[in-house]
Amino acid sequence: MSDILKSLIEIVGERGVSNAPEEIWYYSRDPGVLTPRKPDYVVAPKTTEQVQKIVQLACREKIPVVPMGNGMSLTGLVIPLKGGIVLDMKRMNQILEVNSKARYAVLEGGTSQGVLKAHLQEHYPHLRHSLPDAPPATTIAANVALHGQGRLTNQYGFNSDMVTGMEIVLPTGEVCKIGSPSLGPYWFSKGPTLPDLSGLFLGWLGTTGIITKVGLKLFPNKKIRDVELFVTDRVELIPDILYKLTHLEMLEDINVWFQPKPLMFLGNFHVTIYFTGDTDEEIAFKRKMVWDTLQEFIDAKDGGFMAVQYMKGMLLEMPQRAIADFADVPKGGGFEYSGPITIVEHFPQYAAKVVELAKKYDVLYASSARMISGGLCMMFSISFAFNRNDPAMMTRVKHALDEATAFALDMGGIPWKPNFMEQKMTMQKMEPGALKLMQMIKKNLDPQGIMNPGNWEVNS
Amino acid sequence: MYKLKWKEKVCATCPSADCLLKCQYMSFSGHDEAHGEMMKVCRGEDSRVLHECATCYACEEYCTRGNHPFYLISERREEKGLFTAPRPITNQWINMTQMQGKYMVGPIKDKALSCCYIPDLGILGQGEIFKDVASAVAFGAEFMCPAVHTHFARMSVITERLPKVIDNFAKLGVKEVICLHDECYGTFTAIADAYGIEVPFKPVYYMDFVLDRMKELKDRIKPLNIKVAYQRPCSNRLIPDKFPLVYEILDLIGVEIPDREYQGENCLCCGEIIRSVSGYKLADDVQERNLNDMIAAGASHCVFNCPACQSSLSEKVVKKGLKPIHIIDLCKIAIGEKEREVL
Repeated sequence: MSDILKSLIEIVGERGVSNAPEEIWYYSRDPGVLTPRKPDYVVAPKTTEQVQKIVQLACREKIPVVPMGNGMSLTGLVIPLKGGIVLDMKRMNQILEVNSKARYAVLEGGTSQGVLKAHLQEHYPHLRHSLPDAPPATTIAANVALHGQGRLTNQYGFNSDMVTGMEIVLPTGEVCKIGSPSLGPYWFSKGPTLPDLSGLFLGWLGTTGIITKVGLKLFPNKKIRDVELFVTDRVELIPDILYKLTHLEMLEDINVWFQPKPLMFLGNFHVTIYFTGDTDEEIAFKRKMVWDTLQEFIDAKDGGFMAVQYMKGMLLEMPQRAIADFADVPKGGGFEYSGPITIVEHFPQYAAKVVELAKKYDVLYASSARMISGGLCMMFSISFAFNRNDPAMMTRVKHALDEATAFALDMGGIPWKPNFMEQKMTMQKMEPGALKLMQMIKKNLDPQGIMNPGNWEVNS
Repeated sequence: MYKLKWKEKVCATCPSADCLLKCQYMSFSGHDEAHGEMMKVCRGEDSRVLHECATCYACEEYCTRGNHPFYLISERREEKGLFTAPRPITNQWINMTQMQGKYMVGPIKDKALSCCYIPDLGILGQGEIFKDVASAVAFGAEFMCPAVHTHFARMSVITERLPKVIDNFAKLGVKEVICLHDECYGTFTAIADAYGIEVPFKPVYYMDFVLDRMKELKDRIKPLNIKVAYQRPCSNRLIPDKFPLVYEILDLIGVEIPDREYQGENCLCCGEIIRSVSGYKLADDVQERNLNDMIAAGASHCVFNCPACQSSLSEKVVKKGLKPIHIIDLCKIAIGEKEREVL
């Protein structure tokens, strides 16, 4: 047994460490198309102190450390590109506090979306959080670390905007608290009115530190949730439709999607409009507002509302499982997407690009965009399904995704949770001053370069 | 190409103009105006009827002189490009009901149980009542009556697809097709006849079948002793002679249908197609009047014939304190096949 392994066992106990081949196999990959890379060790800490000691050991021995939630980014963000330790955070899954009046929760760094959702449903049914359309086992800390979005992103911004404080283990093994918890017991602000240090960690994809605790905003959970589905066959109308809908300033969530299969969806762009209320009257009022605001498109016969009764169960599901169904259309269950953040008026160009790429690379597409901050921008997913048992198809999907990212950058968009190649493309395009600032931050926070190396390699 | 069998003289000499005068969604000052508008439709001229018709099918019932005012209105709309619903909705229905070779056919001999393209019908068509035909299922777009496209003034889709559907049944070698969807029976009888499309099998209306079976199962029937309102579907307007079967079946199982304003010839649409064609204001109004009328009549349940009506109205029915149920399920409860607790 190596000295490293012995040291890790001393820190977390025998059951918390592994270098068994089957474990290494599992932790070397994610469900996307990137090539697997093996870690040397998998470690599952239970406390901040254990995380500290592991990082101190890694720092001393110059071993890479890759913090991992549930590994569902699909873009290889927790594939250990340079080996080392994969730090599986899932055993740190305690909900430490719910302040129901201030509407925030404090969670350990491996707490999953499903655990928080279930906890709130059981103990605080009047509260909810911004649940992403990802499997329930995905973790909240990972989601905010990559600027994820969720059901409340249209109203309140990126899920990372909903962070109310953090505890971080720095690459040197030191621990620090960010925001209001650095001054007292309350987790109500990640920054303001202090210098907002959360930006040193959010979006850095685990390359500047490990989130061991996170505070998260909670929101009113209305008694009724409802949905309407507007369709149009004129893609150029989508930005106007979205502008009118966001002008209402009362919708929970707005998604726009299009896909060629099943046939009933072919040729149309679907705008799923979610709204909530505490009474039937409130719901009826909001529904009327939604219909009235889109009446001009109905009058012109360019758009209309679908009957949604038979689809309601599926549409109101949180998280939605329809993505999993899409992944299996070509059989083999593979699915990956490029999800650039872009301005809404570019929707028609992005939509055309998706169809072009699907045709060029002979792959099946589905696309969905989610409004962010009331129409400030959107996440536009360029999604392709593939058969995991078809390497040629996986390669075609990879090329299509690379081209999608290049297109998004050309259009002035920002790649979301970019893989290491997309990060390089992004940094090449980045304004030199911004890149230099990133270099300074990375160099100072992680002088040994041990944190999730291969990602945000600003110094290379 | 099949053409609508239309007799202009029958319309021209119509003494009542009931097709439009009885319409619940358009108002006319009297016979002369209604008759005049219908004659414009006949002559292929523009008429406000072509812009205001809510596609409820009712004029097919109101016309007792054997003409087909609704089909003609839809034909004229299509000719003039005056489509009822927004284009993407119309196209979605056309795409959704496209034959793609994804159908289900059970072991069929001389009879088929048509479930149209509605999965719920497959569940309804099981159990003691259907025990001899339940396995002989035909389901899918290949066996779907295309009548829904009349709502969207796409009669060309009907004349293109209906012969194929009929042919698909014929290829199964069936002598009888028991139609679980009201609209299928209406299509194979009324629409096919109106367009001169031959049907080489005997369409059987499911309520005829159910009534016969319930008579055979009479010893098992325990009266339900409830008062219900019946939601008559639009397609039943194509086959008004079959409407009394509802009363016969419900009477047999001890269910009362109290009189109310919007029943029989005066029934209101479930509202879902109206929502697509005429907007939410009319749809909400129609649904509200209809449901309030059910409650005022003292009904405890809303009984459905068409699964599409049931899907579109059930949530609102429940919110009004009524219980939605399909007439076949009521029969199953009456013979003890389903728990009475669901009532």
